[in-house]
Amino acid sequence: METIKDIQTEIIEEFEMFDDWMQKYEYLIDLGKELAPIEGQYKTEDNLIKGCQSRVWLHAEKQNGKIIYTADSDAIMTKGIIAILIRVLSEQKAVEIVSADLSFIDAIGLKEQLSATRANGLVSMIKKMKLYALAFQN
Amino acid sequence: MLDIKKIREQFPILSKKVNGQELVYFDNGATTQKPQVVIDAEANYYATENSNVHRGVHFLSGLATDKFEKTRNTIQQFIGAKHNHEIIFTKGTTDAINLIANGYRSLLNKGDEIIISEMEHHSNIVPWQMCCEQSGATLKVIPILDNGELDMNEFDNLLSENTKLVAVTHISNTLGTINPIEDIIAKAHQMGAKVMIDGAQAASHIPLNIQKLDADFYCFSAHKMFGPTGVGVLYGKEENLTNFPLYQGGGEMIQDVSFEKTTYAELPHKFEAGTPNIAGVIAFKAAIDFITDLGVSAIAQYENELLQYATAEILNIEGVKIFGTAENKSGIISFNIDGLHPYDIGMIVDKMGVAIRTGHHCTQPIMKRFNIPGTARISIAVYNTKAEIDVCINAIKKAKKMLS
Repeated sequence: METIKDIQTEIIEEFEMFDDWMQKYEYLIDLGKELAPIEGQYKTEDNLIKGCQSRVWLHAEKQNGKIIYTADSDAIMTKGIIAILIRVLSEQKAVEIVSADLSFIDAIGLKEQLSATRANGLVSMIKKMKLYALAFQN
Repeated sequence: MLDIKKIREQFPILSKKVNGQELVYFDNGATTQKPQVVIDAEANYYATENSNVHRGVHFLSGLATDKFEKTRNTIQQFIGAKHNHEIIFTKGTTDAINLIANGYRSLLNKGDEIIISEMEHHSNIVPWQMCCEQSGATLKVIPILDNGELDMNEFDNLLSENTKLVAVTHISNTLGTINPIEDIIAKAHQMGAKVMIDGAQAASHIPLNIQKLDADFYCFSAHKMFGPTGVGVLYGKEENLTNFPLYQGGGEMIQDVSFEKTTYAELPHKFEAGTPNIAGVIAFKAAIDFITDLGVSAIAQYENELLQYATAEILNIEGVKIFGTAENKSGIISFNIDGLHPYDIGMIVDKMGVAIRTGHHCTQPIMKRFNIPGTARISIAVYNTKAEIDVCINAIKKAKKMLS
């Protein structure tokens, strides 16, 4: 079982191979396209994340002591970003998720790639993921 | 003929690189860039003229006051107002609309009606909702047609003796529609209603003659016409403003203050409480002089040429749909591409140095009307060129290719 830290290191290494923004964006677009679909019943108003300029639905459930996230967005790049977050945080224990230090975001230049409003959306996504974990932890 | 190269040279930011690319700025509907004369006027005020206005007897205060009031006169001439005291300085269009909407809270009663339209910016919706909530008046909404024009038949139906005010935009910031405000004003006046026009997207883009228009109130912002942020204008006919309810209390707007009774200053000062944005107002004159030198008609003609060119080019992209195809249109193109989200397009073209706006443009009712999450929007200013449109179109094509 890979830890959150291991996965972050992997992602940082992957992004180091990209020479320019276009490759990064193309990668995000690919990740967005490959993101496993969320079940229709979870695309509810309640599961919408506030603070994103595009619509993002996030659902979480607990299976065998681990938190499983699924998500969707109407914008493909947003989907790519959430796909990365899911890769890092999904199938981890709630306690690990709540205390995770997501330093990879700065390391791969994800924040600076995004406009300020988008970066706020990113913060909102992480916050919502951690809040779910917190709820399952208690 | 405008010398666009020479115009561009006056805007230092236009030679800036963004993401390693030449900046191509097509977000003029949000705010325009500033020419050197405006930047200099603002800096020069702080360097050599800084003093409070309408207060001191000393040399600098007199100088600052003179220059501040000169802007008022320049605006009076620019819009063709009858008196200079019909020009009230505000923080911007939003502030100007709020001043009017706040006043109408005490002027309206249950049974009275305000008419706005479905294409209004949120800042010409929310203040009226607040006004209605407090006064008991009812808000009526003129719907928009599929091409982005106002449904004028429906306007005729909505207009009645209960209508006390019609508040509509001159030009839609999302659809680019130039509304038939002459017609709206004439019809509203026949019913005894007043008319407020949101001119944020119009001033500097099309010629204005406020007396001929006969608008009761007209609002606009300096920053959308090459001037500084934080400065706007509320024009109001003298007869409308003289007894209009006061807005904010404070210094400057009074004549005498005692705990028993305070009396208020005359127009325009009674609506300008507190120390205003003096530097901004002074620099605003430089912006208007800049526009006047070019000529608003020449600007309108050139921008229309760019609009026609950009529209034709963008329609060449497969799957493009333009929202807002009114016959009478200003330099704003809102569009979507089949299957693509406007944010994805905006994010990618940004990397190629192209600044466009994406989202709902503070007009969520329009998004609901067309059942879309948002649009990508190109908005044109006089310093834009056909070459820039080509760069923008190519960037959009590239984004489409990456995303498809």
